Amino acid sequence: MSFFFALLFILASIVFVVGLALKINQYAKTPAPLRIATTPAPITKTGVVMRLFREVVFFESLFKGTKWTWIFSWIFHMALLLVLVRHLRYFIEPDWVPTMVWALIELVQPFGKYAGFAMVIGLVGLFFRRIFVDRVRYISAPSDYLWLLVLGFIGISGLMMSFVMHTDIVAIKEFFTFSGGQLPVDFPLIVHLSLVALLMLLFPFSKLLHVPGVFFSPTRNMVDNPREQRHVAPWAKALEEEQK
Amino acid sequence: MAKAEFDVPELQEYVDVPELQEDTMAHVKSFVVTKPEHNTDLGFPGELVEDWHDKALEKLDDLRGRYRSLQVFLDACVKCGSCTDKCHYFLGTKDPKNMPVGRQDLLRKVYRRYFTFAGKYFPKLVGAKDLTRETLDEWYNYYHQCSQCRRCSVFCPYGIDTAEISMAAREILDSIGYGQKYCNEIIGKVHKIGNNLGLPGPALEDTLEGLEEDMEDDFGVPVKFPLNVKGADILLVTPSADFFAEPHIDGLIGYGKVFHEAGASWTLSSTASEAGNFGMFIGSYENMRRVSMRIREAAQELGVKRIIFGECGHAWRVAYAFLNTLAGPFDFLDQKYPAPQHILEYTWEQIQAGKLNIDKSANDDMTLTFHDSCNVARATRIGDYPGSQFETPRNVIKAVCNNYVDMHHDSIGERTFCCGGGGGLLTDDLMEIRVKGALPRMTELQNVIKDKGVTHMAAICAICKSQFTKVLPYYGMDMDQIVSLHQLVSNAIVLTGQVTDDDEAESDAESEAEE
Ligand code: HEM
Ligand code: HEM
Ligand code: SF4
Ligand code: SF4
Ligand code: SF4
Repeated sequence: MSFFFALLFILASIVFVVGLALKINQYAKTPAPLRIATTPAPITKTGVVMRLFREVVFFESLFKGTKWTWIFSWIFHMALLLVLVRHLRYFIEPDWVPTMVWALIELVQPFGKYAGFAMVIGLVGLFFRRIFVDRVRYISAPSDYLWLLVLGFIGISGLMMSFVMHTDIVAIKEFFTFSGGQLPVDFPLIVHLSLVALLMLLFPFSKLLHVPGVFFSPTRNMVDNPREQRHVAPWAKALEEEQK
Repeated sequence: MAKAEFDVPELQEYVDVPELQEDTMAHVKSFVVTKPEHNTDLGFPGELVEDWHDKALEKLDDLRGRYRSLQVFLDACVKCGSCTDKCHYFLGTKDPKNMPVGRQDLLRKVYRRYFTFAGKYFPKLVGAKDLTRETLDEWYNYYHQCSQCRRCSVFCPYGIDTAEISMAAREILDSIGYGQKYCNEIIGKVHKIGNNLGLPGPALEDTLEGLEEDMEDDFGVPVKFPLNVKGADILLVTPSADFFAEPHIDGLIGYGKVFHEAGASWTLSSTASEAGNFGMFIGSYENMRRVSMRIREAAQELGVKRIIFGECGHAWRVAYAFLNTLAGPFDFLDQKYPAPQHILEYTWEQIQAGKLNIDKSANDDMTLTFHDSCNVARATRIGDYPGSQFETPRNVIKAVCNNYVDMHHDSIGERTFCCGGGGGLLTDDLMEIRVKGALPRMTELQNVIKDKGVTHMAAICAICKSQFTKVLPYYGMDMDQIVSLHQLVSNAIVLTGQVTDDDEAESDAESEAEE
């Protein structure tokens, strides 16, 4: 059992890290030959950093677009963030990181615990919207529903462990910090971990690529300075030589 | 009321988000190139190639390696639905394939099928589809129902810009010989003759001379429209529609008066007698560059110090955002000024410097509103700070008119609705989509007409002006209600040495009668 999960998580981690790295590398290497920032756009680098900050933290454009989706989505993502920060305590020992970081992780514990509920509520809202709004139903593929279910069941199984059937956290921590512990054989934990592994395995091949995508989107991350500066991509340069 | 072979939507107080009705626009297909040279002039195969299937996929693969936008946009969409009700073509037609994400998915499902792990092995799960002849035709139909206006991109959490996808799709179609007649024929004309209309040099000269005579007759002032003057300071590049179409030409007269009053030395060029660059519509960097190079060459040949662009939406996008990259560096121009500049930047400068003698009351017979052209609004600036593309035109209008009101805030500024005719759609064979796509703009225009007494709408895009002239009558409005921004400037300028007040009143009445 523990052996199986150890293998699974090693595999999932490799796929997740390598897959994501390859994708990021692909995005970074692909040229962006023309300035296509959606204007009004910042005219300085600092401005761009602020714009991306607003997109990532507040989902600014989504807010402009649809308030209902925004509210559920924002609840879901912020709760997810809290939950993930809270989870760090399963993977790191206090003396591995600066005291400040550990203090933060401790601070988040009580919030993260309840954030699980917020996360599930957000997901349920998003799920209903997908079913009931005809436009969103039209654009949804089976995988779009499945992602919400996967995350929903991760959340529910996690909440089960937090509030209903407590599990042996110490053993889990020993297992994940390579201290040789055995995983407890609890049904919610097995569901939780299997789905998390699935999520990690599929991440680089799915729409979860919106996570790196938001940082690489040319309409959002470009400085609006085309008259001040030339931006010639390598292939465009080659074309210029050819057409001379 | 113009007659139509399709149902013209009725104007309501609001544009409700419609319930989906599949395939309402499946039958709308812009004319395909039939004369092979319309394709081959641009470097594309003359007709649909036999191995189009593989060639199309090859091109898609090539493009996603050349444009980060395409690669990221194809991957990142989470189907959140934020863009679904933002496209004027969807709002006007109810066709889900005209929802921005619906339009993107036509290409995305093929991308997924052939280039992603999930789509290769679990196509049903992620909605991946084989590239079939039906899909190819759907690409053709629906990617020519997108005006590349970028409204969807404003509301997408990842800034996914359907315009980029449409451009890529059109480039793929061109690369396999499945080009659109309207765009490709026009680009061919620019390559050969120098402008979209195929207006040859002598004809242009005649038109400009005629204009000069009119000015003499009307005002007794020699306002000039110089052509190919070597050593002039300013090269004006303007859409060729400005040379004869209404209300465009009144804008051109406005530029002439501004230059005259500013005492500027300026010229037009017969080889660069077109600001528009349809190369962008078909997504072809090569063609866009070729069209741009004419302007650089004309500027060098004439030895000018500045380049200024006339009123045109997509032309300004290419000029502002791409020209320096495509045809730069412009180190041979006067570095005091951005290269290129917009005519409104110039006019506003002159107004602020007090160079123009303005009589606002000349426009008192109108109450104006302003249509933000989408390409100007969402892809450029007109000035040196973000948002100047909205303020500069309004500043100028307010400086020359007493009566101005904005339309609803959800339909101006960065959220402006397209006129419905941009992006290579301004052709009669697409009338149905043009009329239906104008619905949101017409609705908001109607509202300010009713509630605020608006009589006219000013625009700064050649396509917008032509489109509105055609479409307004379908909605029970008058084609004269669309005016050029510089037409307003023109009305208000009192030329130095202009003939007496009485004569002036007379000539005003005349020019109105002409309108
Ligand atoms: C290997 C990775 C993970 C492990 C070992 C793990 C383990 C656990 C454990 C042991 C609990 C119970 C906490 C308690 O009893 O107090 C829990 C709760 C929870 N987990 Fe995970 N989890 C992992 C990944 C994730 C991921 C990726 C998500 C979200 C997508 C997630 C979401 C939750 C939620 C929402 C709860 C309930 C709220 C809470 O106690 O924080 N977990 N997880
Ligand atoms: C940089 C961090 C992230 C940003 C800025 C971000 C942003 C967004 C936005 C704006 C949406 C669209 C609204 C919606 O449909 O909910 C979205 C959707 C989604 N995000 Fe994220 N996200 C981030 C990280 C994550 C992570 C780490 C996960 C999962 C592990 C995730 C899972 C999802 C899912 C499943 C959806 C689709 C929801 C649906 O089906 O409606 N996101 N994200
Ligand atoms: S770019 Fe404009 S026309 Fe094209 S899909 Fe987006 S909103 Fe519609
Ligand atoms: S707004 Fe963007 S992410 Fe959302 S469905 Fe439209 S294209 Fe996809
Ligand atoms: S024609 Fe005007 S409104 Fe329409 S796409 Fe072009 S700039 Fe936008």
